[in-house]
Amino acid sequence: MTVAVEKPEKTEAAEPATAPAKGARKVSRPMVIGAILVVWLVLFALLRGKQTLSLAVADLTDLHRWINDFNDSIGANRNSNPLFLYFFNEIRLVIDNLVTFVQHLISQPSGARPVPEIGWLGVVGLAGFVSWAVGNWKVALLAVAGFTFFGLQGLWQESMDTLALILCAVFVALLFAIPLGVAAGLSDRFNRLMTPFLDFMQTMPTFVYLAPLTLFFLIGGASATIATVIYAAPPTIRITAHAIRNVSKTTVEAADSLGATRRQSLLKVLLPMSKRTVVMGVNQTIMAALAMVTIAALINAPGLGVNVLQALQSLDVGTAFNAGLAIVIMAIVLDRVTTAASAREEHARNSRNRFEKWRRPLLGAGAVVTAVLIYLSHTYLWAADFPGDGTVGTRIASATDTAANWVQDNLSGLTNAFRDAITNGLLNPFQTLLTDSPWWLVGAVLVALAVVLGGWKAGITTAACVGLLVATGVWSDAMTTMASTLVATVLVMILGIVFGVWMGRSMMADRMIRPTLDAAQVMPPFVYLVPFLALFGATRFTAIVAAIVYGAPVAMKIIADGIRAVPETTVEAATSAGCNTWQIITKVQLPMSRSALTLATNQGLIYVLSMVVVGGLVGAGALGYDVVAGFSQNELYGKGLAAGLAIVLLGVMFDRITQAAARRASA
Amino acid sequence: MTPTQTEVPQRRGTPQDSDGTPVISVRNLWKVFGPKADRVPESEELCGLSRRELMDRTGCTAAVRDVNFEVAPGEVFVVMGLSGSGKSTLVRCLTRLIEPTSGEVVFEGQDIRQADDKRLRDLRRRKFSMVFQHFGLLPHRRVVDNVAFGLEIRGMSKAERTKRALEVVELVGLAGYENSYPDQLSGGMQQRVGLARALAGDPDVLFFDEPFSALDPLIRRDMQNEVIRLHHEVGKTMVFITHDLSEALKLGDRILIMRDGKMVQCGTGDELVGAPADDYVREFVKDVPRGDVLTLKWIMRAPEDGDDLDGPELGPDVVVKEATRVVLAADKPVKVVENGKLLGIVGDEEILAVVAGQEGGA
Repeated sequence: MTVAVEKPEKTEAAEPATAPAKGARKVSRPMVIGAILVVWLVLFALLRGKQTLSLAVADLTDLHRWINDFNDSIGANRNSNPLFLYFFNEIRLVIDNLVTFVQHLISQPSGARPVPEIGWLGVVGLAGFVSWAVGNWKVALLAVAGFTFFGLQGLWQESMDTLALILCAVFVALLFAIPLGVAAGLSDRFNRLMTPFLDFMQTMPTFVYLAPLTLFFLIGGASATIATVIYAAPPTIRITAHAIRNVSKTTVEAADSLGATRRQSLLKVLLPMSKRTVVMGVNQTIMAALAMVTIAALINAPGLGVNVLQALQSLDVGTAFNAGLAIVIMAIVLDRVTTAASAREEHARNSRNRFEKWRRPLLGAGAVVTAVLIYLSHTYLWAADFPGDGTVGTRIASATDTAANWVQDNLSGLTNAFRDAITNGLLNPFQTLLTDSPWWLVGAVLVALAVVLGGWKAGITTAACVGLLVATGVWSDAMTTMASTLVATVLVMILGIVFGVWMGRSMMADRMIRPTLDAAQVMPPFVYLVPFLALFGATRFTAIVAAIVYGAPVAMKIIADGIRAVPETTVEAATSAGCNTWQIITKVQLPMSRSALTLATNQGLIYVLSMVVVGGLVGAGALGYDVVAGFSQNELYGKGLAAGLAIVLLGVMFDRITQAAARRASA
Repeated sequence: MTPTQTEVPQRRGTPQDSDGTPVISVRNLWKVFGPKADRVPESEELCGLSRRELMDRTGCTAAVRDVNFEVAPGEVFVVMGLSGSGKSTLVRCLTRLIEPTSGEVVFEGQDIRQADDKRLRDLRRRKFSMVFQHFGLLPHRRVVDNVAFGLEIRGMSKAERTKRALEVVELVGLAGYENSYPDQLSGGMQQRVGLARALAGDPDVLFFDEPFSALDPLIRRDMQNEVIRLHHEVGKTMVFITHDLSEALKLGDRILIMRDGKMVQCGTGDELVGAPADDYVREFVKDVPRGDVLTLKWIMRAPEDGDDLDGPELGPDVVVKEATRVVLAADKPVKVVENGKLLGIVGDEEILAVVAGQEGGA
């Protein structure tokens, strides 16, 4: 059963950290946690403001200076150090060439031509044709409409830059990911070896990949592509391995019994049977790539991200909205097309309709038409350069500005009241508690909570993370970020439980809400900032609200699934015992989906953390700001890198504690 | 628990080679799962342990322990046992889908265990084929391509293998479904595809691993009849695994009963029913309608003084059920005669004892 057991030993294990609880043999976990918090508050009152390790914005520690020096020395030796000369530089060169090649093809002026090799008409035609070939005509129409809209928005070139980076990154990612996934699917040992790396790669906020990579690959398209590859490859690796593993054992055995060689059973059985699932992995890789490519604007990657970033920094809501909309449309098009691709095979198999036999000739005709369009767009200027001057985009931007102004004028009382209530009532006190307590006190509390919630192993990991956080020299900023993250997570969980329970209990609600949640998860985190910037201005709070909106869908879905997984008979038994709805929820469904709740907390925390950090762009300050400042100001580079490391440490710490707690809840 | 070996009887006109060389001979076959499995068959002491004791002592599970049998050409040899008796492991050991721990599996005068990868693949491609409980079809291929899969693996050309596949599809009664995908077919039809795939390569031996356990009772009966029909038509040697005694009795020329990896008894259906080797087998065959299985030789008695010996004559291998009418219709006892020699007589009493189920365990 999922009900918590083994309380006594664990409570004892936690006692050294909780003086008041000493002596009592049976103390429930909530009481221990309460005791820890009380002790914390008492000590905070006594020791407030001492040993807080705060560091002013422009101040640096020795570590930061050392990293700066290291960075300088790398910069100086980039072309003489053999490691760079024959390894990093080579990689950068290859990736750079690939990116430039695709850019010349679709986005940037190529050679002597003032326009790319393929103009807008050709790209739109190609997008439609490819979508039709791998998916169906509906997504093809969607793709054509979406791509044309980029042009109307006046963002053709930027969109194509983004697309070019995505194409390159996905290509390189799949080049590695599919073979690795197959290997991990075939070999248990290799799978065990890969899993921790994949876990680590996926827990980290997109943001933190960027800084260390610039150290080796400089800023620009190459770094952006490599960061994207690292971030986007894991889903495909994981899903491919999973697909290979899940191919029916009997079928593989049947192939063996017919005398298939290893190669034959891989090519004729395992790969074809996992194709559909692998395409789903490719879908996730593409979506991850889009998220990363836009955020890579921070390290000078070209594309839509740049427009959003610049607009955000100058608080130009209209422009940010226009570019954000383009990102959203690209996300929808890419998602729909790849989803249709993974559904196509089965679909075509089951509906043997009369179009099927026309498919080949029609595809052939489509290919000819596309070739003609490409030729036209290569030859004639009207088909190469998107006509018009993006008036639609300008109109969207100004309409958004008007709306934003109206909101600010008319609703500012409401939004400000809401903002101030949360900020003053919840965020500020909590942040003060975290930042003004002595570092060792906060550290001890964290370790104690980790031990109580997740056991000794989680405690040790937490202790290590706390130690390293102190070493990074950005302890105080880390605490500010942690305060925002925790506050946002609490709100995410409240939303998650309310909506999750509703969705879990009502099929109707689920069917209505789930598509929205799915769509919300597909969006790059970046674009969430835009609407809230309009509502709440550039504050910490904007980042928190964006983080809640970003993190809540995943929590809702997990909790809804958990509630639904409670056996029907148990609910029935409770109803027949005379429970009312409230009692069923609180006494049966929520306790029985305890592991789903912890998992939701885990995912919620990770999502929120990545968003709170991105909030550094719109005045959330703290670690996110440190990282961004590190990209733009050379003397802050070391501090930025250290702040990136601190984000990683926070992420690892949250992840380990909640995962250990989830394991315990499901044990 | 000494296994009882009995001679292969002439039944159902089983095509038997004149020299009687077995197709497959299994000798002292062991399969032990677990750490250092090799030592178990080698050590006399460990061999003697029960499954449970062996697990406690060594952490190993002996799935197949010291099994010996021979399969005659054209025979349907059934291995029967409850789940966990090691029957599925046994059949996989025969083609080394599971590597045996020790013993011999002789096919065409060679021990299969000594075969290298290439030879083993060749055997699997041309000599053996297997039908699985859960079909093991390829969902992304049409029926005809599934059936042709084994031929494709061998490297047969597309036209040739399609031609052959269509023939076999016809043979198993799936004509008209060549272009369907497996998930469009019912379970019984999917298993027909599995059967066709196994037959396509024209193997010498067909292995069936509980092929009909996942099917509905009615469809299962159809498929059993299908196997009987195919056996008559193509006359392949078959090794058939099942946990269903009635299926075993229906299909098997001989039946091997396994329990905890050991063979308990091996013999024809009437031998199992008429002379169970131990209480386990007796318990197993308790509910079998004896009249359907036993032959006259199991119920005849020696003629006594006063018996009329001019009644009708029947052979000793006539099934009781078929003899009932004759015996009851005659007013004198029926003589059981083989090659002109009087073996015994059967009267109304003997017949009724079996048919009315009054006879105690033999």
